[in-house]
Amino acid sequence: MGKRVLAIASGGGHFIQLMRLQPAWAGHQVSVATVDPSTRTLAGDVPFYTFRDVSRADWWRIPAAALDIARILLAVRPQVIITTGALPGLIAAALARPFGTKSLWVDSIANSEVLSGSGAQAGLVCNQVVTQWPHLASDRVDNWGSVL
Amino acid sequence: MPFDRLTRAMDEWAAANPHIPVEIQIGRGDYEPRHARWVRKLPLSDYQARVQACALFVAHCGMGSIISAIEAGKPILMLPRLATQGEHNTDHQLATARHVGTRPGLHVAADSDDLKARASALLADAAHDAAGAPAPISRFADPAFTARIRAFIES
Repeated sequence: MGKRVLAIASGGGHFIQLMRLQPAWAGHQVSVATVDPSTRTLAGDVPFYTFRDVSRADWWRIPAAALDIARILLAVRPQVIITTGALPGLIAAALARPFGTKSLWVDSIANSEVLSGSGAQAGLVCNQVVTQWPHLASDRVDNWGSVL
Repeated sequence: MPFDRLTRAMDEWAAANPHIPVEIQIGRGDYEPRHARWVRKLPLSDYQARVQACALFVAHCGMGSIISAIEAGKPILMLPRLATQGEHNTDHQLATARHVGTRPGLHVAADSDDLKARASALLADAAHDAAGAPAPISRFADPAFTARIRAFIES
Protein backbone atom coordinates (compact mmCIF):
# COMPACT_ATOMS: atom_id res chain seq x y z
CA MET A 1 0.00 0.00 0.00
CA GLY A 2 2.98 2.33 0.26
CA LYS A 3 3.58 5.00 2.89
CA ARG A 4 0.97 7.16 4.61
CA VAL A 5 1.80 10.65 3.32
CA LEU A 6 0.30 13.98 4.39
CA ALA A 7 0.73 16.75 1.81
CA ILE A 8 -0.09 20.03 3.53
CA ALA A 9 0.00 23.71 2.56
CA SER A 10 -1.70 27.04 3.19
CA GLY A 11 -3.83 28.54 0.44
CA GLY A 12 -2.96 30.42 -2.73
CA GLY A 13 0.47 29.87 -4.21
CA HIS A 14 1.58 27.48 -1.46
CA PHE A 15 -1.21 25.04 -2.36
CA ILE A 16 -0.79 25.47 -6.13
CA GLN A 17 2.89 24.59 -5.75
CA LEU A 18 2.04 21.54 -3.60
CA MET A 19 -0.35 20.25 -6.25
CA ARG A 20 2.39 20.48 -8.89
CA LEU A 21 4.32 17.91 -6.83
CA GLN A 22 1.58 15.25 -6.96
CA PRO A 23 3.58 12.71 -9.01
CA ALA A 24 6.02 12.49 -6.06
CA TRP A 25 3.51 10.54 -3.97
CA ALA A 26 1.48 8.75 -6.64
CA GLY A 27 0.88 5.17 -5.51
CA HIS A 28 1.29 6.03 -1.82
CA GLN A 29 -1.60 6.57 0.62
CA VAL A 30 -1.72 10.33 0.41
CA SER A 31 -4.01 12.73 2.23
CA VAL A 32 -4.13 16.43 1.38
CA ALA A 33 -4.71 19.29 3.84
CA THR A 34 -5.17 22.99 3.11
CA VAL A 35 -7.37 25.98 4.01
CA ASP A 36 -9.77 26.52 1.10
CA PRO A 37 -12.48 23.83 0.64
CA SER A 38 -12.99 24.90 -2.99
CA THR A 39 -9.48 23.71 -3.87
CA ARG A 40 -10.46 20.06 -3.29
CA THR A 41 -10.92 19.71 -7.05
CA LEU A 42 -7.16 20.12 -7.59
CA ALA A 43 -6.28 17.39 -5.10
CA GLY A 44 -8.03 14.60 -6.99
CA ASP A 45 -9.64 11.54 -5.46
CA VAL A 46 -7.77 11.42 -2.13
CA PRO A 47 -8.79 12.14 1.49
CA PHE A 48 -8.99 15.92 1.80
CA TYR A 49 -8.92 17.98 5.01
CA THR A 50 -9.11 21.68 5.77
CA PHE A 51 -7.77 23.66 8.74
CA ARG A 52 -8.08 27.24 9.99
CA ASP A 53 -5.24 29.28 8.54
CA VAL A 54 -2.52 31.10 10.47
CA SER A 55 0.53 33.16 9.59
CA ARG A 56 3.19 35.13 11.42
CA ALA A 57 1.08 38.28 10.97
CA ASP A 58 -1.85 36.76 12.91
CA TRP A 59 0.09 34.51 15.28
CA TRP A 60 -2.75 34.58 17.84
CA ARG A 61 -4.59 32.13 15.58
CA ILE A 62 -1.91 29.49 16.19
CA PRO A 63 -3.94 27.54 18.81
CA ALA A 64 -6.98 27.13 16.52
CA ALA A 65 -4.83 26.11 13.57
CA ALA A 66 -2.75 23.73 15.70
CA LEU A 67 -5.92 22.08 17.04
CA ASP A 68 -7.25 21.51 13.52
CA ILE A 69 -3.89 20.20 12.34
CA ALA A 70 -3.60 17.87 15.36
CA ARG A 71 -7.00 16.38 14.48
CA ILE A 72 -5.86 15.84 10.89
CA LEU A 73 -2.65 14.15 12.10
CA LEU A 74 -4.69 11.82 14.34
CA ALA A 75 -6.92 10.88 11.41
CA VAL A 76 -4.11 10.40 8.87
CA ARG A 77 -1.26 9.14 11.13
CA PRO A 78 1.27 10.10 8.44
CA GLN A 79 4.66 8.43 8.13
CA VAL A 80 5.83 11.29 5.93
CA ILE A 81 4.81 14.96 5.73
CA ILE A 82 5.50 17.03 2.62
CA THR A 83 4.83 20.76 2.87
CA THR A 84 5.30 23.80 0.64
CA GLY A 85 4.59 26.12 3.58
CA ALA A 86 3.72 28.22 5.16
CA LEU A 87 3.51 28.28 8.99
CA PRO A 88 0.78 25.56 9.19
CA GLY A 89 3.11 23.12 7.44
CA LEU A 90 5.75 23.83 10.06
CA ILE A 91 3.19 23.26 12.84
CA ALA A 92 2.23 19.90 11.29
CA ALA A 93 5.87 18.80 11.08
CA ALA A 94 6.54 19.89 14.68
CA LEU A 95 3.46 18.15 16.12
CA ALA A 96 4.14 14.91 14.26
CA ARG A 97 7.90 14.72 14.85
CA PRO A 98 7.71 13.09 18.34
CA PHE A 99 5.79 10.23 16.73
CA GLY A 100 8.56 9.48 14.28
CA THR A 101 7.01 11.19 11.28
CA LYS A 102 9.57 12.26 8.70
CA SER A 103 9.07 15.66 7.10
CA LEU A 104 10.23 17.59 4.03
CA TRP A 105 10.02 21.39 3.77
CA VAL A 106 9.89 22.68 0.20
CA ASP A 107 10.45 26.42 0.51
CA SER A 108 8.13 28.43 -1.74
CA ILE A 109 9.51 29.50 -5.11
CA ALA A 110 8.35 32.99 -4.06
CA ASN A 111 11.39 33.12 -1.73
CA SER A 112 13.98 33.86 -4.38
CA GLU A 113 16.40 36.03 -2.39
CA VAL A 114 16.13 34.75 1.18
CA LEU A 115 14.55 31.63 2.65
CA SER A 116 11.05 32.26 4.08
CA GLY A 117 10.67 32.96 7.80
CA SER A 118 9.19 29.52 8.42
CA GLY A 119 11.69 27.97 6.03
CA ALA A 120 14.57 29.33 8.10
CA GLN A 121 13.10 27.60 11.16
CA ALA A 122 12.13 24.44 9.28
CA GLY A 123 15.71 23.19 9.67
CA LEU A 124 15.04 22.75 13.40
CA VAL A 125 11.90 20.69 12.82
CA CYS A 126 12.01 19.01 9.43
CA ASN A 127 14.31 16.16 8.38
CA GLN A 128 15.03 17.87 5.08
CA VAL A 129 14.71 21.44 3.81
CA VAL A 130 14.94 22.26 0.12
CA THR A 131 14.92 25.61 -1.67
CA GLN A 132 13.72 25.99 -5.24
CA TRP A 133 16.56 28.39 -6.03
CA PRO A 134 20.10 27.06 -6.64
CA HIS A 135 21.68 30.27 -5.29
CA LEU A 136 19.94 29.78 -1.91
CA ALA A 137 21.30 26.26 -1.39
CA SER A 138 23.70 25.85 1.55
CA ASP A 139 25.26 23.07 3.59
CA ARG A 140 21.92 22.41 5.30
CA VAL A 141 19.49 23.44 2.54
CA ASP A 142 19.49 21.44 -0.70
CA ASN A 143 18.18 22.42 -4.11
CA TRP A 144 16.44 19.53 -5.90
CA GLY A 145 14.66 21.56 -8.58
CA SER A 146 11.58 23.76 -8.75
CA VAL A 147 7.86 23.54 -9.46
CA LEU A 148 8.31 25.60 -12.64
CA MET B 1 -4.20 40.92 2.85
CA PRO B 2 -5.94 43.79 1.03
CA PHE B 3 -4.44 45.18 -2.15
CA ASP B 4 -6.54 48.28 -2.76
CA ARG B 5 -3.86 49.89 -4.96
CA LEU B 6 -4.38 47.18 -7.60
CA THR B 7 -8.17 47.15 -7.26
CA ARG B 8 -8.40 50.95 -7.56
CA ALA B 9 -6.04 51.10 -10.54
CA MET B 10 -7.96 48.48 -12.50
CA ASP B 11 -11.31 50.04 -11.57
CA GLU B 12 -10.03 53.35 -12.95
CA TRP B 13 -8.84 51.51 -16.04
CA ALA B 14 -12.29 49.92 -16.39
CA ALA B 15 -13.87 53.42 -16.20
CA ALA B 16 -11.60 54.59 -19.02
CA ASN B 17 -12.33 51.47 -21.10
CA PRO B 18 -16.08 50.88 -20.69
CA HIS B 19 -16.30 48.56 -23.73
CA ILE B 20 -13.91 46.03 -22.18
CA PRO B 21 -15.34 43.72 -19.48
CA VAL B 22 -13.24 43.80 -16.29
CA GLU B 23 -13.82 41.57 -13.28
CA ILE B 24 -11.83 41.99 -10.06
CA GLN B 25 -11.40 39.64 -7.10
CA ILE B 26 -10.81 42.09 -4.24
CA GLY B 27 -10.32 39.79 -1.24
CA ARG B 28 -10.48 41.72 2.01
CA GLY B 29 -9.87 45.10 0.37
CA ASP B 30 -11.72 48.20 1.56
CA TYR B 31 -12.11 49.79 -1.88
CA GLU B 32 -15.19 48.48 -3.70
CA PRO B 33 -14.99 48.97 -7.49
CA ARG B 34 -17.55 51.32 -9.03
CA HIS B 35 -16.92 50.52 -12.70
CA ALA B 36 -15.63 46.95 -12.90
CA ARG B 37 -17.57 43.85 -11.85
CA TRP B 38 -16.15 42.55 -8.61
CA VAL B 39 -16.26 39.64 -6.19
CA ARG B 40 -14.58 39.06 -2.82
CA LYS B 41 -13.30 35.54 -3.52
CA LEU B 42 -13.92 33.08 -6.33
CA PRO B 43 -13.94 29.33 -5.75
CA LEU B 44 -10.80 27.85 -7.32
CA SER B 45 -12.59 26.24 -10.27
CA ASP B 46 -14.25 29.57 -11.17
CA TYR B 47 -10.94 31.38 -10.75
CA GLN B 48 -9.21 28.94 -13.11
CA ALA B 49 -12.06 29.25 -15.62
CA ARG B 50 -11.70 33.08 -15.58
CA VAL B 51 -7.95 32.86 -16.19
CA GLN B 52 -8.53 30.38 -19.02
CA ALA B 53 -11.11 32.66 -20.68
CA CYS B 54 -9.47 36.08 -20.27
CA ALA B 55 -7.46 38.09 -22.80
CA LEU B 56 -5.21 39.54 -20.10
CA PHE B 57 -4.76 38.43 -16.49
CA VAL B 58 -3.88 41.25 -14.07
CA ALA B 59 -2.74 40.22 -10.60
CA HIS B 60 -0.36 40.74 -7.70
CA CYS B 61 3.12 39.28 -8.12
CA GLY B 62 2.28 36.04 -6.32
CA MET B 63 3.29 32.54 -7.36
CA GLY B 64 -0.28 31.22 -7.38
CA SER B 65 -1.24 33.83 -9.97
CA ILE B 66 1.96 33.32 -11.98
CA ILE B 67 1.61 29.52 -12.07
CA SER B 68 -2.09 29.81 -12.98
CA ALA B 69 -1.24 32.16 -15.88
CA ILE B 70 1.57 29.94 -17.17
CA GLU B 71 -0.54 26.78 -16.91
CA ALA B 72 -3.28 28.54 -18.90
CA GLY B 73 -0.82 30.10 -21.40
CA LYS B 74 -2.20 33.60 -20.70
CA PRO B 75 -0.21 36.87 -20.53
CA ILE B 76 -0.09 38.17 -16.97
CA LEU B 77 0.45 41.77 -15.90
CA MET B 78 1.50 42.15 -12.27
CA LEU B 79 1.84 44.82 -9.62
CA PRO B 80 4.10 43.67 -6.75
CA ARG B 81 2.71 44.08 -3.22
CA LEU B 82 4.81 46.36 -1.01
CA ALA B 83 5.38 45.92 2.71
CA THR B 84 5.59 49.70 3.20
CA GLN B 85 2.00 50.01 1.91
CA GLY B 86 0.75 47.27 4.25
CA GLU B 87 0.11 45.01 1.27
CA HIS B 88 2.25 42.09 2.52
CA ASN B 89 4.52 41.15 5.42
CA THR B 90 7.69 41.44 3.35
CA ASP B 91 8.81 42.76 -0.04
CA HIS B 92 9.35 39.27 -1.47
CA GLN B 93 7.02 40.07 -4.39
CA LEU B 94 9.68 42.51 -5.62
CA ALA B 95 12.14 39.62 -5.53
CA THR B 96 9.65 37.45 -7.43
CA ALA B 97 9.35 40.26 -10.01
CA ARG B 98 13.14 40.28 -10.43
CA HIS B 99 13.70 36.52 -10.54
CA VAL B 100 10.50 35.12 -12.09
CA GLY B 101 8.85 38.15 -13.70
CA THR B 102 11.41 38.16 -16.51
CA ARG B 103 9.99 34.97 -18.07
CA PRO B 104 8.24 35.28 -21.46
CA GLY B 105 4.59 36.25 -21.09
CA LEU B 106 5.07 37.75 -17.62
CA HIS B 107 4.90 41.53 -17.29
CA VAL B 108 5.64 43.64 -14.20
CA ALA B 109 4.36 47.19 -13.64
CA ALA B 110 6.25 49.71 -11.50
CA ASP B 111 3.20 51.51 -10.12
CA SER B 112 -0.53 52.15 -10.72
CA ASP B 113 -0.03 54.46 -13.70
CA ASP B 114 2.41 52.06 -15.33
CA LEU B 115 -0.09 49.23 -14.71
CA LYS B 116 -2.89 51.05 -16.51
CA ALA B 117 -0.65 52.01 -19.45
CA ARG B 118 0.67 48.46 -19.81
CA ALA B 119 -2.83 46.97 -19.57
CA SER B 120 -3.87 49.06 -22.59
CA ALA B 121 -0.69 48.23 -24.51
CA LEU B 122 -0.87 44.49 -23.81
CA LEU B 123 -4.53 44.30 -24.82
CA ALA B 124 -3.76 46.18 -28.04
CA ASP B 125 -1.01 43.62 -28.71
CA ALA B 126 -3.38 40.78 -27.89
CA ALA B 127 -5.80 42.06 -30.55
CA HIS B 128 -3.00 41.57 -33.10
CA ASP B 129 -2.00 38.28 -31.49
CA ALA B 130 1.35 39.81 -30.56
CA ALA B 131 0.98 39.80 -26.76
CA GLY B 132 3.76 37.89 -25.10
CA ALA B 133 1.91 34.91 -23.69
CA PRO B 134 3.78 32.21 -21.75
CA ALA B 135 4.14 28.81 -23.37
CA PRO B 136 1.70 26.50 -21.54
CA ILE B 137 3.38 23.94 -19.32
CA SER B 138 2.54 20.57 -17.80
CA ARG B 139 0.29 20.41 -14.73
CA PHE B 140 3.21 18.98 -12.78
CA ALA B 141 6.72 19.99 -11.76
CA ASP B 142 9.86 18.72 -13.50
CA PRO B 143 9.91 14.89 -13.11
CA ALA B 144 13.50 15.07 -11.84
CA PHE B 145 12.27 17.19 -8.90
CA THR B 146 9.30 14.98 -8.00
CA ALA B 147 11.56 11.90 -8.31
CA ARG B 148 13.83 13.32 -5.59
CA ILE B 149 10.80 13.90 -3.34
CA ARG B 150 9.56 10.36 -4.06
CA ALA B 151 12.98 9.03 -3.02
CA PHE B 152 12.67 10.99 0.24
CA ILE B 153 9.21 9.50 0.89
CA GLU B 154 10.40 5.97 0.19
CA SER B 155 13.74 6.18 2.03
